[in-house]
Amino acid sequence: MNWKTFYALLARDAHVARRNLGPTLLQNLLQPLLFTFVFGKVMTGSGMMPASYKNMLLPGVMAISMVMAGVQAVAMPLITEFQFTREIEDRLLAPIEVGWLAVAKIVTGMIQAMAAGLVVIPAAWLIMGSGVTLDFTHPVEFLLVALLVAGFSSTGGLALGCSVGQTQIGLMFSLVLAPMMMFGCAYYPWSALESFPLLHIAVLVNPLVYASEGLRGALVPQVPHMNTLVVIGALTAIDLCLLFLGLKKFRQKAVS
Amino acid sequence: MGIGIRIENLRKVFDTPPPMAGRGAGFSFTPARSGRKDTSPKKFELVALDGVSFEIRAGEIFGLLGPNGAGKSTTIGILTTRTQPTSGRAIIGEYDVWQEQVKAKRLIGVVPQRPNLDFSLTAREILTFHGAYFGQSFRERERRADELLEKFKLTDRATHMVRTFSGGMMQRLSIARAMMHDPEVMFLDEPSAGLDPQTRLLLWDTIREYNRLGKTIVLTTHYMDEADALCHRLAIIDHGKIIAEGTPTELKATIPGGYLLRLRFDRISEALLNDLRALPGVTEVRSAEACSVDVYAGSGGPLIGPIVNAAVAAGMELRDVHIQEPSLETLFLHHTGRSLRD
Repeated sequence: MNWKTFYALLARDAHVARRNLGPTLLQNLLQPLLFTFVFGKVMTGSGMMPASYKNMLLPGVMAISMVMAGVQAVAMPLITEFQFTREIEDRLLAPIEVGWLAVAKIVTGMIQAMAAGLVVIPAAWLIMGSGVTLDFTHPVEFLLVALLVAGFSSTGGLALGCSVGQTQIGLMFSLVLAPMMMFGCAYYPWSALESFPLLHIAVLVNPLVYASEGLRGALVPQVPHMNTLVVIGALTAIDLCLLFLGLKKFRQKAVS
Repeated sequence: MGIGIRIENLRKVFDTPPPMAGRGAGFSFTPARSGRKDTSPKKFELVALDGVSFEIRAGEIFGLLGPNGAGKSTTIGILTTRTQPTSGRAIIGEYDVWQEQVKAKRLIGVVPQRPNLDFSLTAREILTFHGAYFGQSFRERERRADELLEKFKLTDRATHMVRTFSGGMMQRLSIARAMMHDPEVMFLDEPSAGLDPQTRLLLWDTIREYNRLGKTIVLTTHYMDEADALCHRLAIIDHGKIIAEGTPTELKATIPGGYLLRLRFDRISEALLNDLRALPGVTEVRSAEACSVDVYAGSGGPLIGPIVNAAVAAGMELRDVHIQEPSLETLFLHHTGRSLRD
């Protein structure tokens, strides 16, 4: 393992991320925060939703923001770099095993996902005003779940980025990301699906379910949520599967 | 000092259209390799290299000459860890490229056919980050980046994003990037394609100068004059096979007669061909297509009179004459029956 090269690859990604900071923040955070405003402020303020809904919503919005940030931070550059200009070769020729280039991308994606998640907490708090009661008494559990969510978002970004062509980006959003968000238990708890038995089981293939429920368990344990150990187990398994799949696809695409 | 290269019996069969289609033969926008339809009867198969072996000596400028789609870029791709061979071995210095990729990558600099620069960075950052990937210290990479930007006349655009660059500037920056970590072997894949004559001469000077430092240079080209002017040794490749190998002088000496006269008549007959064969200095007469005759001979112009006489005597009309002096072009034509530009 060549740490100097690995560090330089990370430094390059950090440099590019800093340069695009403004647009990246807007891209990742605007939509979830608008959602927070409509559901957490307008709907609850007008009495259409109970005030307790705010507590339910915040971890979900955080999960969505993290996933969007991580997926986009890894997938979008990869799709561009693998197109016919083969920009990726600029770095594939660096003296390091090609898999480490993918790992560097995952680390970059995880950092961006964590940053997005941490920005959402105060931002959503500000938007929704009073009535949000977060519980920070389990920092280790919170950090572990957040890291696993960041890991799932960037390994997922790697797998998607290596599977999707430039012309299919729109499809990726409407076929993969949109259903994932809608059925990700971000805007309602998993237990709310008990009245739809089929859906209740079917959504378990959606990693976002574990992300939302896990953050709920860590931040607002007073609302119904999935058992944290189940969440951690499921997210670990998903992270490992996506990592394996993403690396495999990356290697296939890197070498012709 | 100096690093040699050996390739043994390389074979490459693409089972999906290669990205950038063999990196040379036009590209398709087929989005991704699906890998799911292996059972379909129309399975894609493209033999890009078919048992290629040759050796490149340390410190020489070696040229791979051939038309588009001949396998030049695939050979370079395999030597630069970007294309995995189906079978065979490629060895740079003491490292098998596909066994010890990282060590091989340290030895090589690559100038690709199409600029694969990092479009998220400025020209200067491309060089400094490249230096960083190769473990150069901050001071060293700053110094080298400045030197190379100056050398390739890019200093005034150093802080601009490269996506705003012209093709020639991108090409110059690609060469600067390849030289950034001072590699022992430099690969240039069709370096002068699309360059203006002035930049082309600058490129040739750069290549010769770098070679004088004891570095091995491998370049591909389909320009005969480039191969002739620049390369110490050449391999001519067509349809994934090496068809001739040697110094430009040696190769040219293998052409029968040296001169090639391409003639076109209104019609031809076996008697006319025999008459042509009998002319003084003619070594070979071939007729590949109807009405066309290729005559290899020791001289060009002086033969025209006798050829016209022979045609008149046979009652045929000479419609077109083209004389080619001894060149690699003639050599290529001799070996493949086609012109390089076909």
